Order: sequence, then C-alpha cells, then structure tokens
Amino acid sequence: MTHSKTIGLAFGALLASTALAGAETLTIATVNNGDMIRMQKLTGAFTEANPDIDVEWVTMEENVLRQKVTTDIATKGGQYDIMTIGTYEVPIWSKQGWLVPLEFDDSYDVDDLLPAIRDGLTTDGELYAAPFYGESSMVMYRTDLMEEAGLEMPDAPTWDFIKQAAEAMTDKENEVYGICLRGKAGWGENMAFLSAMANSYGARWFDEEWNPQFDGEAWKATLTDYVDLMQNYGPPGASSNGFNENLALFQTGKCGMWIDATVAASFVTNPDESQVADKVGFALAPDKGLGKRSNWLWAWNLGIPAGSAKTEAAQKFIAWATSKDYAELVASEEGWANVPPGTRKSLYENPEYQEAAPFAEMTLESINAADPTNPAVDPVPYVGVQFVAIPEFQGIGTAVGQQFSAALAGSVSVDQALQTSQMLTQREMMKGGYIK
Amino acid sequence: MARTVTTNRKLVFTVIGWAIGLTLFFPILWTFLTSFKTEGEAIATPPSFLFFDWTLENYLTVNDRSDYFRHAINSVVISLGSTALGLLVAIPAAWSMAFTPTKRTKDILMWMLSTKMLPAVGVLVPITLIFRDTGLMDTRTGLVIVLMLMNLPIIVWMLFTYFKEIPGEILEAARMDGATLGKEIIYVLAPMAVPGIASTLLLNIILAWNEAFWTVLLTTNNAAPLTAMIAQYSSPEGLFWSKLSAASMLAIAPILVMGWFSQKQLVRGLTFGAVK
Repeated sequence: MTHSKTIGLAFGALLASTALAGAETLTIATVNNGDMIRMQKLTGAFTEANPDIDVEWVTMEENVLRQKVTTDIATKGGQYDIMTIGTYEVPIWSKQGWLVPLEFDDSYDVDDLLPAIRDGLTTDGELYAAPFYGESSMVMYRTDLMEEAGLEMPDAPTWDFIKQAAEAMTDKENEVYGICLRGKAGWGENMAFLSAMANSYGARWFDEEWNPQFDGEAWKATLTDYVDLMQNYGPPGASSNGFNENLALFQTGKCGMWIDATVAASFVTNPDESQVADKVGFALAPDKGLGKRSNWLWAWNLGIPAGSAKTEAAQKFIAWATSKDYAELVASEEGWANVPPGTRKSLYENPEYQEAAPFAEMTLESINAADPTNPAVDPVPYVGVQFVAIPEFQGIGTAVGQQFSAALAGSVSVDQALQTSQMLTQREMMKGGYIK
Repeated sequence: MARTVTTNRKLVFTVIGWAIGLTLFFPILWTFLTSFKTEGEAIATPPSFLFFDWTLENYLTVNDRSDYFRHAINSVVISLGSTALGLLVAIPAAWSMAFTPTKRTKDILMWMLSTKMLPAVGVLVPITLIFRDTGLMDTRTGLVIVLMLMNLPIIVWMLFTYFKEIPGEILEAARMDGATLGKEIIYVLAPMAVPGIASTLLLNIILAWNEAFWTVLLTTNNAAPLTAMIAQYSSPEGLFWSKLSAASMLAIAPILVMGWFSQKQLVRGLTFGAVK
C-alpha cells in the first residue's frame, strides 16, 4: 500500500470517528420481552433517519430493571436517557417530579392512544410516558376439553360458570386440572390476579379515607372462592406458580382454563412452543354480576427521567417507537401479528391486524373494560386496577400476597390470612401517614 | 498403627462420592442440555434427556443479541483486577496480623468479617451516589474497586489462616541473615505460602466472576460483565429457558474450564490446615 493511500485511509477513519463522536448517544433501559427485543432490531430505521442520534440498549429482567431504574432516578444517577417503566411507576414518579412531560406534534395523534391506557399515564393533564405495549387479562381455555365437558364458554363468563367448568374439566388421574391461576406471592404475581378478582367481587384495597378493607365480606368471599377453586381443581403446588409456571402447564396440556395476561395468547397459540396451539379459545375475564370484570390493565411505557441532558433526542425516539409508523414498520418486517398490542385504537381498526391476530378483539375489549381511575365497584382514593399507585404498595402488596399464598397452601386459614393482612396494611398505612 | 481400609468400605465411599458429585453437577448438566433444546422441548413433560433435536439456535440468538466477547473481557478484567488489587492490600495486612499480632488483632479480624454481614443492598444508595459523583458509573475501574472491597475480608482471613501455619522462626532466621522486610515477604514468605495464595486467588476470581449484584446495578453497557448479560435473558413473562441456558453456559464456560484445571490447587488450598 502506498503512503498516500495509508494517509488517506487514516484520515478517513479519523473523520468517521469524529462523526461518531459527534452523534448523541441515547441509553435506553428496557425489559426482556419479545416486543422490546424486536424494537432493538429495528432501531436501525430510526438511526438512519436521525444520523445525529445513536442508540444504546440495556436489556434487563423486569425486577432487575425496576431496581436499577428506581435507584438511578432517585439518586439522579443519569445512567439512562429513556426508561421502560410500568403503569405502576408513572403516576408515582410523575408526582415526584422525576419524569419529563412529553409533548408530541399532531402527526403523532395522541388521541389515537387507548383512553384506558392514556389515563393511567396522565398526571394533571400532562402525559408523562408513552405506551409501547399494553395488556389486560382474560380467560384462555381448551376448546376440546370444554366440548368434552359438554359446556360452552360464553364470551363474558361469570365466576359461577368458571367454577362449574373447572369441575367438569378436571381429570386428576390424567394430570389435567380445570383451572390454573397465579399463586406465587408478590405484588405483581398473585396480588395482580387477586386484586383484579376482588374488584369483580365488590372488594377494594382501601375506602375513600385510606382504611384497608380486608375485614369486609367482599374480600372474604374473594379469597374463599379462590382457595376453594384452586384446592379442588387446580394443579398441585399452585402456591408457587406464577405466569411462567402456568404458561408451561397450559402449553403442555395440563390446564383446562388459565386466567392471565393477554400477552400469553400469542405464546399458547404458537405451534412451535405449545402442544395445544390449535385448541385454545379466549373469553373476557369473569365477573360476579356487580358491573366490574376481573381483568387488569398493564402497559410498558417509555419515559424520560428528569435531569437527562438529551431530552430532545429522547423525545424524538419515543415519538418514533410509539408511533403508527413504527407499527407499519414491524408489520412490513415481521407481519401484523407481531405489532406491539394494546396502545392505539387505529391498530384494532386495521383489518389486516384483525385477521393476523385472532385474539385482537378480546384483547381490546379486555383493555377497554378496565378503568384505572375507577377500578372497584365502590369509589377508591387511588389509581390502578391490580395495584395501588402509592410508593408503599410494593411492600404491602408483597406482604399481603404472602398471606394469601399461605392460605392457598393451607398453612393458614382464609380468615387468619385476611386478619393478618388487615393488620399489616393498617400498620403500614399509619406509618405512611395516610391514616391516623 | 495405620488404619486398614477394606475394599467394601472403599466401594461405599466411592459410590457416595460419585453420588454427591453427580448431584452437584446435575444442574449444570441440565442447563447444558437445555441450551441445545428448542423452547418447546425445554418445557416438555416428561422432559427428554438426550433424545431430542439438538439445535445451536439458542447460541446463535445469544451471539446475535449480545456482544459476548465484550462482556467476557469485562468479566476477566474485573475479576482478575479486583483479586490482584485485593491481594496487594491483603498480603501485607495478613502478614502483620499473623506474625506481629497485637491485643486487638482478633477484634480487627472479626470487625473485617462483620462487614460481610451487612446485606449489600443496605449500601446501594451511598455507593451509587459516590459512583455518580466520581464518574465511576459503568466503568471497570469502579467495579474493580467495589469488588475488591467486597472480597477483601475473605482474602485477608484466608491468607491470615495460611500465614499462621508458617513458623515465624523461619522469617526470623531470614531477618538474622539480613533480609529486609520486602525481601522477607517476597523471597521467604511468598514461596512458602504459594498454595494458600493460589487458592485465595482462585476462590476470589470465582467470587468476583459470579458477583451479580453490584456488577448488574452499577453498569449499563461499557463495563457490563457476563452476569449482566445473563440478566438480559431472564423474564417473568415468557419462557426463554433455552436461551437463558445458552447464555448461562457461555457465561460459566471460562470459569468452569479454569476451575477444572486448577482443582488440585483449589482443594489443597481450601483444606490447608483443616486436618492436623
């Protein structure tokens, strides 16, 4: 190689590195799920259109992510420019002034966001995070077992029907259990399910004065029915089953019904993973005839921590990742069935999406049926369907979850579990200054 | 009188030894097998042991999604760096405690050990703030310092135990011959303590390699070691067991190989002074 060529190449490399050094790098913290991994793959489309912005991903398991981003935002560590946060964090963090309010131009079409999701992300009229993917919960059931049992699942079943069907489908000798529900203790595990179930039974976490309500009849009925259902028709060792354990049970044909996150629909109908892919039906989460269904509402959202020096670039990325154009991009690259669900009305109006995702209608109905600002039959002072958006809830929810999990395992009675839950919640709420 | 060991007794011990060994090794073997299965086969019941369609897909996915070599190099630098720095501090400390003990030596040793009794999360916020203000966030230097401090009590304790086995008279003799303190440590103490230093080194490399609290919380991308890479593949909503197993195998492979080759030193060091 001649000297001039070498110098030329070196100069070129220098220029390239200078250009790279000039690009603003956004560090994005996110969870490990299919939709987020897909977004990482498609980021090239964004950086091509915005050559002055570089994107760096940090993917983590949900609980690790929660610990990391909470530490970072509370200490203003500044490690991340965009954070993936849940609907639980957004109202709390926005009130603390930890998040930057988002502003979008008309082309983004904020009004296209599903109202149930948007309401949960809005504080004092300002949107503090943009939803990337949303989910609710619903009943997934084995159509073949239901037929064998001589029953027909209604689109909107009641808890009484679920009990009847669970009994008819259970065949313990062949390891087929009528119903699989979460039993593992945790505010995002069994308490997500049980709080939503309690809503349909007319129970609530707190009255309008923040007094815990576990001593009421509604909670007793909820927990008694749950424990009876699971002890009679559920799989053994259910008190340690979470989403993944139940998913494995359902996919291997051991559950007649499973009530859990709508995101599971795509897993259980995937023939590569599920042994029952062609025998799955869907229905709305059950109710008790009191006007509220037992479905929850969750969304993973993108937000900007206050103190980020790259707010403008971060906002640009969020606008891209949660836009209608992004949905089109995913559809063109990976098909409509893989577009992140549960955030925009326009997606559910799209006939191509409706055709590609047979569970789309049920997902939309489930999301629309949840109201985070008015989750229970009676009025409540908090936001959140399957959680209470106060900082103390993670601790209280997990402690109550342990009591309920113990009741399911049979180590304490339903009454004892409720009594202890009432006491510990009351104590924590007094400590937090909510009640005197 | 020497004890005679009957063949039967030998057989029983061999069987027990193998049973314990295989039980301990089974989770690693299962992870290895799962890493070659599809996600569907990974959750199949009854699980298939060897007869399934072996696939390299999970390894390809992990390689595609993560920069394995960057994470591996970070792991090597952080574990070797923190152990070397730890030894540099601990050898003189253990020397002074073993050969010139004072009234308070035992208390100091206990006090050092007591720092290990505090759950790490208890100092999460102060350490995060220090890292933020000193610009150590997401740097190898920061992790080397933190892991060195975390493992220092163990290093000092282990070295102290080994050094105590060495007769002080030998060091005195060296001093009589005119050896300076530095020469005494390098030419007399160190050669005699090689097995102890080697096993301390190996154990601490393994501890630093596996450390998954600070390495995950104090890094984002640049300094993230293999522990942070594994954390990317776990998910409470979705069964990614095969991919997680593949990531785990890749993460433990280097340390497994190292442990295999150095098991003699490890066992010797760990049982040093245990039986007299």
